[in-house]
Amino acid sequence: MNNWFKSGSPWIWLSAGGVSISLISVLGLLWLIASRGLSYFWPSELYQFDLTDEYGAKTVVIGEIYDREKIPVSQLAHLDLALDPKQEVLERLLIKTGNRELVSLDFRWLLSHNINKTQTPKDLVVVERRTNGNFYGYIDSVVLDGKKVDQNKLPELLSRVDNFQDQIDDLQKSDIGAINYQLERLRLKTRKYELQNELTAQVKAEIDSEVAILKKDYAKLEQELMGYRSAIARDYIVMRAMDGQLVTINFEHILKVTFNNKLNVLEKTALFFSQITAFLIEDPREANTEGGVFPAIFGTVLMVLLMTVIVSPFGVIAAIYLHEYAGKNAFTKLLRIAVINLAGVPSIVYGVFGLGFFVYMVGGSLDQLFYSENLPSPTFGTPGVLWSALTLAILTLPVVIVSTEEGLSRIPSTMRHGSLALGATKAETLWRIILPIASPAIMTGIILAIARAAGEVAPLMLVGVVKMAPNLPLDANFPFLHLDRKFMHLGFHIYDVGFQSPNVEAARPLVFATALLLVTIIVALNMTAVSIRNKLRERYKMLEH
Amino acid sequence: MAALTRSTRSRGVKNSLAKWLITLGGISVLFTLVLIFLYLLYVVKPIFESAKIEQKVNISLNLADNENVLASGVDELQELAYKITNTGNIDFYHLKTSVEQATNEYSVGDKALSTSLFTGDSFNQAKVVNVVNSFSATKLLHTENGQSLLVQPSFYAKYLNDTREIIPQIYYPLGHDSLIIDEQQRPLSTLAFAMDDEKIVFVGFTQDKRLIKTSFIAEDEFSVTSDGDDVDYETIFQQIDLPSKSVDEIKVTPDLNLAFVRSGSTVYVYSLNDDDDVELKATITPTLDDKGSYLTSMALLSGSSSVLLGDSSGRVSQWFEVATESGREFKQIRRFTADNDKQGKSAIAAIYTEQYRKSFYTMSANGMVNVFYTTSEAHLWQGKLTSSQPEALAIAPRANGLTIVGNDPLDASKKSLQVFSVHNEHPEVTWQALWQEVWYEGYPEPDYIWQSTSGSDDFEGKFSLVPISFGTIKAALYAMLFAVPIALTAAIYTAYFMTPGMRKKVKPTIEMMEALPTVILGFLAGLWLAPLMEEYLPAIFLLFIFLPLSTLMAAFAWHNLPNHWKEKLPETLAPMLLIPVMILAIYTAFSLSGVLEVAFFSGDMRQYLTNDLGIDFDQRNALVVGIAMGFAVIPTIFSMAEDAIFSVPGHLTSGSLALGATPWQTLIKVVLLTASPGIFSAIMMGLGRAVGETMIVLMATGNTPILDWSIFQGMRTLAANIAVEMPESEVGSSHYRILFLAAFVLFIFTFIFNTAAEFVRQRLREKYSSM
Repeated sequence: MNNWFKSGSPWIWLSAGGVSISLISVLGLLWLIASRGLSYFWPSELYQFDLTDEYGAKTVVIGEIYDREKIPVSQLAHLDLALDPKQEVLERLLIKTGNRELVSLDFRWLLSHNINKTQTPKDLVVVERRTNGNFYGYIDSVVLDGKKVDQNKLPELLSRVDNFQDQIDDLQKSDIGAINYQLERLRLKTRKYELQNELTAQVKAEIDSEVAILKKDYAKLEQELMGYRSAIARDYIVMRAMDGQLVTINFEHILKVTFNNKLNVLEKTALFFSQITAFLIEDPREANTEGGVFPAIFGTVLMVLLMTVIVSPFGVIAAIYLHEYAGKNAFTKLLRIAVINLAGVPSIVYGVFGLGFFVYMVGGSLDQLFYSENLPSPTFGTPGVLWSALTLAILTLPVVIVSTEEGLSRIPSTMRHGSLALGATKAETLWRIILPIASPAIMTGIILAIARAAGEVAPLMLVGVVKMAPNLPLDANFPFLHLDRKFMHLGFHIYDVGFQSPNVEAARPLVFATALLLVTIIVALNMTAVSIRNKLRERYKMLEH
Repeated sequence: MAALTRSTRSRGVKNSLAKWLITLGGISVLFTLVLIFLYLLYVVKPIFESAKIEQKVNISLNLADNENVLASGVDELQELAYKITNTGNIDFYHLKTSVEQATNEYSVGDKALSTSLFTGDSFNQAKVVNVVNSFSATKLLHTENGQSLLVQPSFYAKYLNDTREIIPQIYYPLGHDSLIIDEQQRPLSTLAFAMDDEKIVFVGFTQDKRLIKTSFIAEDEFSVTSDGDDVDYETIFQQIDLPSKSVDEIKVTPDLNLAFVRSGSTVYVYSLNDDDDVELKATITPTLDDKGSYLTSMALLSGSSSVLLGDSSGRVSQWFEVATESGREFKQIRRFTADNDKQGKSAIAAIYTEQYRKSFYTMSANGMVNVFYTTSEAHLWQGKLTSSQPEALAIAPRANGLTIVGNDPLDASKKSLQVFSVHNEHPEVTWQALWQEVWYEGYPEPDYIWQSTSGSDDFEGKFSLVPISFGTIKAALYAMLFAVPIALTAAIYTAYFMTPGMRKKVKPTIEMMEALPTVILGFLAGLWLAPLMEEYLPAIFLLFIFLPLSTLMAAFAWHNLPNHWKEKLPETLAPMLLIPVMILAIYTAFSLSGVLEVAFFSGDMRQYLTNDLGIDFDQRNALVVGIAMGFAVIPTIFSMAEDAIFSVPGHLTSGSLALGATPWQTLIKVVLLTASPGIFSAIMMGLGRAVGETMIVLMATGNTPILDWSIFQGMRTLAANIAVEMPESEVGSSHYRILFLAAFVLFIFTFIFNTAAEFVRQRLREKYSSM
C-alpha cells in the first residue's frame, strides 16, 4: 500500500479522473440535451387515471405524464394518508392536463398512492390548438355546417381547414403586408417632400391617388380574408373532457387532432419527423412557447451571413499582414497582444460598444443625414441586424485571424521562395500561391467564427435581437434586405422562452428542442472546421516531404 | 519591350498597393481595440467632470429708488425669465431673440409681459415684504400689512409657422383676493407653506410672536393652472407651542408632513399630520466647532427627508431621520465646508436646493457661491457670480440654469437680472460614491448599494459598484475553484500520460465544450441543474467525496489485479475505466441523497439549512454558477495548459526518467515546473473568461446585488448587470454612463489578465525554442 502511494500511481489515476469527469460532463451534457430535445417531438402516450383522494372523492384525470419524482413520506405527513408504515418514499407524477378553458393550470401533481386505475384508452385524443394550448379528451361529435357527421370525416375536414389557413397566411403575409409596407413608404415620401419644402399640390395629388388605389386593394383583400375566415369557422367538434364536460372547439382554432394511443411505432416515427419539420419551418405561437422557431433560425442565419461577409476580408488581411508583412518588432508584438485581447474581451463589452458607437453614434448620424423624414422614430439609430452583424464581426475577428495565420505558418517557405525566384511580385505570390493553399485554413477560421457567432447572445441583447419580430429582415418588398430591422435569434430564443415567458414549465420542452437545434448546428460547424484543419495539416506534411 | 515595362510598372504599383492595403488591414485590428477603449472612456468621462457655470444673459434693470427685487425665475427652456419686486409687479424678459418667421419680433432683454400681481380690490399699493417659495413653482406674496396672495408664474408654448414661442402667464390658484392665514390677521414675520392637490399648509410666526399652522383643505381639488376664484376650501387654524421666543426661518416639507422651525441655533421639528394637535417631534441642536458660531440658514433637500443647516463659519450639515435603537432620530449625516476663500470664513447666507436632485447651492455673505451634491459628498463648483450677495437667486426647473438679481457687472450702480447656464449633469457620481460606503436617506447606516431604478419619482439612484464587482469576483472564484482542479488534472493526464491515439480523440472532445454556447449552459444551469441540486443537495456534497474516493478505490483495485488482467486492461485506459466507476458513484450519491436527508436533515436539507441553521438558500446560487461556469472555463484552461505541458521538450523528461525518477516524480519536479508559466497563463485566461461571462450568470443566479460569500446565495455580476439594465437605461443619463463604466472596468480587468497571460506565453515560447 505504501509502495503503491510512493509509486505515484494513485495520483496518476486521480489525474485520469479529471479527464473522465470532463468527458462525462461533455458527453452527458450532449446526451441530456439530445434526449430531452428529441423526446419533445415523440408522440407520448395519453393516460386516463382514476383517482380517489384523501377525502374519498373520486375523480378522473386525463393527460400526458410529464415527470415523475420520489418524495419522502415525512413531507406528506400533513396529508394524513393511510400508508404502509414501512414505506419511506412515495412516487408523484406530474401530469400535463391542458384544457386551459376548464382549469387554470396546465399541470397537476398526482400521488401514485391515490391512483386506482391507469388506462390508455384508444380513442383518447389530443387536439393541438392555435390558442389555449392542448386539449385532452374524447371526441363527442363532429359537426359539419350544423349537422353531426361521422368521426371518419375528421381528416377531410381538417385538410380543408388547412387549405384555407394557408391562403389566409398567404394573404396576410405577402399581399396585405406589401400594401402596408407601400403605404408606409408613401407616408415617408410625403414627409420627405414636406421637409424639403417641395410638397406641391401636384405631388400631393399623385401620392394621394396612389394611396387611394392601395386602400381600395386593401379593402378587397380584407373582404377576401373575411370570406376565408367565415368558411373556416363553419365546422366544429365537441369534445368530452376528463370531468365529463362538453367543450366546443371550432375548426379555426384546431391545428391537429391525433389519437396518440392508436398509433403504431411506424406512425409514431412518421409523426415524430413531421413534428420536427414543423418545428423547423413554422412560426412560433402563444408568446413563443409553442409552434416552431423558423424566424429565429432565419434571423440567426442571416445575421451570421452578414457578419461573415464583414469579418472574412478583414480577418484574412490582418492575418496576412501579421504573417507575411509584419517585421519582428515591438509594433508586431503590440498587434498580437491586440488580437489576443480582442479575443479575450468579454462579449458583453462588445455589446455595450456596439450599442453606444454603432447604434447611437453611427446609426443616429445616418438617421440625421438620410432618414430625417422618419424622425423622431429612428431607422438605423436603433438596434438592428446590421449593427448586430458588425458587433459580432469585431468579436469574431480574432478567430479568423488566428486560424488563417496558423494556416499561413504551415505553408513551407520554399513555396514562397520558388514563386519569388520565378519573378512574381510578393502580391502575386500571395494571390496566386499562398491564398489558394491557405484557403482551407481560412475556411476553417470562418466556420469557427460562424459557430462562435451563432451561439453568442449577450451582445445581441443590446444591439438588435428581439423576442418577437413582426417581419423578417428579408422579404419581397423593395429593397428586400432590410438591414435596419430587428431579428430573432435561436440563442436569445432559449433565454427568452426559458426565463422570461409566463409559463416556463410548459415551455421547457420547447427550450430543450431549441437548445438541441443550436447545439447540433454549432457542433456540426465545429466538427467540419476541425476535420478541414486536420486534413489540411496532413496535406502540408506531404508538401514538406 | 515598352509593353513589358508598362506591365512591370503596373505590377509594381499593384504590389505596393497590396502592401499598403494589407498593412492598413493589419493596423485596423489595433485601431479597433483602441477605438473600443477610447469610446468607452469618452462615454464614461462626463460623469467625473465637475460643474460649469457660465453667464448667458445680463439684463440691466431700471428700478425705482425704493423698489427692490424679491424673487426671480426662468422657464424650463430658458427662453423667458421673470422678477418680482416689492411693489407687487412681475416682469417677464425675453432671453432669446425672436426667430425670423415669428409673429412678434423681440430681442434679448425685451419685456414679454409686465403687470402688477395685485389685481384684487383689497390690495392698496401695499408693499410686499416676503415672497415665499415652495418646491413647486407656486409662490406666496406677503405684504407689510399682513395680506397674502398665492401666485404661479407659468409658461406655455405656442406654435406658429413652425416656430415656437413661449408665452408667459400668471395663475392665481386661490383667487385674486387676499388669503386669511392668521386668524387674527396680523402680519407674519416669517412664513412657509407647501401644497398638494388637496391641501395647503402654512406655518408662520406672527409679529406678536405666535407660531401658527393654517391648513386649507380643498372641497374638490386645488389646481395651479387655473384661476381659483371659485375654489372652495375649509380652513383650519391651529396654534403651535414654541419653546423659544423668536423664529428665524420656517420650512414645510412638500409632502406636508413636517415643519422645521429654526430659532437661533436650534431647529424644532413639528409633525403636521394631525389637524387637531401639532406635536413637537424632535429638536435638532447641531454641535458647532468654533466658539461663537451659530446657525445662519436652513433649507430642505429635494425628497422631503433631509434638512440642511448652514452656519456662520461657512459649514453646511445634512440631517435626516435614522432608525436607531431608541426609535427614529434626526442625525447629522455629513458636513460640507462651503468657503475655502483665503479671506477667511464667511457665513452661509442662504442655501438653495434643486427641485429634483440632491444638489444644493450655498450663498456666502461675501457673495461666494458653492455647489455641492449631498449623497456623493461632491464639491462641484466654487466661485463668485456677483460682486456681492445678490437680492434673489433661483435655480432653473431643469437645474441647468440660474437666475440672479444683483449688482450689474457692467454698471455697479445698477441692478441687473443675470441668467447663467449650469452644466452639472452627473453630480451624483464620484469615485467615492462608486466605491465607498454611502449613507443614503432612510438607511440606518452607510452601505454599499446598487439600486438603479424604482417605481417612485423622487427615487434617488444608488450606484455603488462594490456589490456587483464583488458578485463578479465571487462568481469567478467559485467557478475557478471548481474548474481549476479538473482542468489541470485532465490537462496533465492528457499531455503526459495519455497514448497519442486516445489524446487525438479526447482533446477535441473536451475542447468541444468551449464551442457550446453559454446560453445553453446557462439555461441548463438555471432550469435543470438548480432544481435538481435543490432536490438532491446532500448528493452534490457527497460527490465531492465520492468521486475522488471511487477513483482511488478503482486505482487500488486495478493495482491488485492479477497480471494477465492488467495486460488486458492497461493503465493507459484509466480514463475510460473510470467513466463507469464514476457514473456508478454519481448514481450511488443520488440514491443515498434521500436517505441522508431523512437521517440527518429531518427530511429536507434545504429546509434544514434555512430553519435550523439560519442559512438563506436561493435556488439559483453560487454553487450552481460555480459548476455551470466551471464547465465553461474548463476547456479554456485545459486546452492552454495541455499545450504548455505537451510542448515541454522531450529530452528534459527523458533525462529525468533515465536518472531513475518515476513518471510521477518527473512530472512534478520537471514537467510542471517547466510548464508552470504556461499553466499560470492558462489560469489567467480562464479567470478572464469567468469574469466576463454573461449568460450563465444571468440565467443561473437570482441577480440580486448582495455582499455575501455564502455558497447558497446568488450574486449580480458586472456583465449580467449590464445585460439586464442597459436596454432600459436612458441614453446619456448617469445610469447609462455608469453601465459604460462597468463595461470599461471589465475591459480593463480582462485586458490586464490577457496581456499578462500573453506575455508569459511569449516568454515561454522563446524559452522552449532556445532549449
